[in-house]
Amino acid sequence: MYRYDSYDQSIVQARVTQFLDQTRRFLAGSLSDEEFRPLRLQNGLYVEKNGPMLRIAIPYGQVSATQLRKLAEITRRYDRGFGHFTTRQNIQLNWVQLAEVPEILAELAKVEMHAIQTSGSVLRNVTTDHLAGIAPDEIADPRPWAEILRQWSALHPEFAYLPRKFKIAISGATEDRAAIRVHDIGLQLARNEDGALGFRVFVGGGLGRTPLIGEELKAFLPWPHLLTYLESVLRVYNRYGRRDNLYKARIKILVQALGIREFARQVEEEWTYSKDGPATLTDAEVARVSGHFPAPEYETLPADDLCHLANLREDKAFARWVGRNVHVHKVPGYAAVTLSLKKPGRAPGDATAEQLEAVADLGERFSFGEVRVSHEQNLVLPDVPQRELYTVWHRAKAAGLATPTVGLLADMIVCPGGDFCELANARSIPVAQAVHERFDDLDYLHDIGELELNISGCVNGCAHHSIGHIGILGVDKNGEEWYQVSIGGSQGNAAAIGEVIGPAVAAAKVAEVVERLILAYLDLRHADERFIDTVRRLGQEPFRAAAYQTTPQSDTETRRLHYA
Amino acid sequence: MPNIIKERGLADDDWKVLQLADNETPHSVRLPVGPLLVPVDVWRARKVELIHRNWEHGEPLGVWLAPNEGPETIAEELDDFTLIAVHFPKATDGRGYSTARLLRERYGYRGELRAFGDIGQDQIFFLSRVGFDSFVVKETGEDLAGVLSAFDSFPEAYQAAANQPVPLFRRRAL
Repeated sequence: MYRYDSYDQSIVQARVTQFLDQTRRFLAGSLSDEEFRPLRLQNGLYVEKNGPMLRIAIPYGQVSATQLRKLAEITRRYDRGFGHFTTRQNIQLNWVQLAEVPEILAELAKVEMHAIQTSGSVLRNVTTDHLAGIAPDEIADPRPWAEILRQWSALHPEFAYLPRKFKIAISGATEDRAAIRVHDIGLQLARNEDGALGFRVFVGGGLGRTPLIGEELKAFLPWPHLLTYLESVLRVYNRYGRRDNLYKARIKILVQALGIREFARQVEEEWTYSKDGPATLTDAEVARVSGHFPAPEYETLPADDLCHLANLREDKAFARWVGRNVHVHKVPGYAAVTLSLKKPGRAPGDATAEQLEAVADLGERFSFGEVRVSHEQNLVLPDVPQRELYTVWHRAKAAGLATPTVGLLADMIVCPGGDFCELANARSIPVAQAVHERFDDLDYLHDIGELELNISGCVNGCAHHSIGHIGILGVDKNGEEWYQVSIGGSQGNAAAIGEVIGPAVAAAKVAEVVERLILAYLDLRHADERFIDTVRRLGQEPFRAAAYQTTPQSDTETRRLHYA
Repeated sequence: MPNIIKERGLADDDWKVLQLADNETPHSVRLPVGPLLVPVDVWRARKVELIHRNWEHGEPLGVWLAPNEGPETIAEELDDFTLIAVHFPKATDGRGYSTARLLRERYGYRGELRAFGDIGQDQIFFLSRVGFDSFVVKETGEDLAGVLSAFDSFPEAYQAAANQPVPLFRRRAL
């Protein structure tokens, strides 16, 4: 992975010093709340219900064993011994002390980490595919490009006070696992007819209050122009994006207002001035950065390890875990492993200090010291030899990281919600727990099959509820927590925004409504049809009817009998 | 005590910023004597008079741009001004940063470029990166020392900008 040189280190170090001084001035009263706010946000520091929340960047979701150990140490020393992984591949600490944050940042800098621009109206952490560099369907490795963008976006002098936050995601594979179509800018690595590498550029996607799927801005942008072109997009946005209304300030609103053609025209016009200028990327720079992402020293292994096959035959629980949590690798004999952070009884995406250390150990022992964070709020060991999978499974189980439900209903994406977040209208975690309790049977979960359930505690949509196959959105009704349910959303290549099925339901009813939707699906599905496919085939109506039917059904009883 | 910074040091000058009151129009507003920074609409309305003041009486003339006023409107007239200023009514309105880069990098303005408004120590590094070389900061007195040191907040920067047209990746030791 990318290692800092003296330039990178000195910049991150200087940021720590700068923020130490800003915090000192704030605590001494010479900076007002209002003056300090954008400064602390640009360093990942929110003020939340329990006090400050610190969001630490994990650039494009790649983290080393050493860094995980440092994170574990920080959560113990400065927090309550756990952290929360987010849909943007970052980690949040919920119980830090404001005065200690500069110290935390100094600790992070020791392992080449920072919290630069993890919040605020700035260019945010660039995210990518958690299977980058190892997926069989990869066109090109997105990580060098993500690192080039990290450097370009870090402390960009022109774009420190944008109308609103700005998120970029990049995918290098044919299947989009980075949700690029719901980002302010989505970049898809591609090759043109001549085999030259470049990007298909999408703009104006986003979730939140006005969920939209990004539109194509440029069919093919040759790679040398990546920075000059993005800078042109950002300049048009910085100058003309709305600043009068917080809810209309994202780039998607500007793109909608101008229309994609006019927006593209303005970008092209702006770009004529910087195109081929000094900010044009060079072969040397791309080679330098790419050199930080060499393929690990893989062994030559058979495509199928015989012991592994035997274990699969003999151990049903292991086979189940492999079926969900182990992914195809481009190198024969290797696999990627998802370490699930969705164990029932814990907040989805949370990891304890002990778990962070266990993951660090697993990464070091079995995966060349590297770990990934997925936007589904799990951790991934990217390079595990097949023959080690059985051992990895046992160790992951011991650490509470082997819940075999990746991609299933229980692999919910959930924001911290009203338990932690100042913005939330309703809690998310208890709703997730209620769903977990209702769907506590693994056979049942596996029978239901692939299903993405996303629960956000407010319309900002941190849990991406708009693109959940089932999306749950917490709303406030006269001080009570209610939940809107939508279906039909989806991420990836077929990205779509879900539609709300009807009136919001009370907190206590959410799990029941989910179950009714599932029962309707089980009733209606064709063989091998996923929930989302059935919704696409039949539309909302049968699901709406099932969700709101008045005759009470003994759903749980029926199911329990069936699976007993 | 002056709170003007030029060439990384404290400076003093007597530029007046002309702002229209509610009951004034660009045509009716009285132009005070002395170095004068006028809004764009006053410049448009009173161009002949302003140039006359400048040429005949040696009164230095400048123009200031609001956040929503890009440099395009004055791009052909840059030589008429001794000073161009950009107003930041709120620190979080970042449009002026693009204005500055455009003035320097696209329109080739080489004269004094001043930032004024809700700016200070925590903005000055980026402001100087995008091409401002003169600042009316909100800090006063002892706090001005911190403002001066903020020019050196970072030892390096990744991106090309007005004060460094070559991005770090082209300068980096390979």
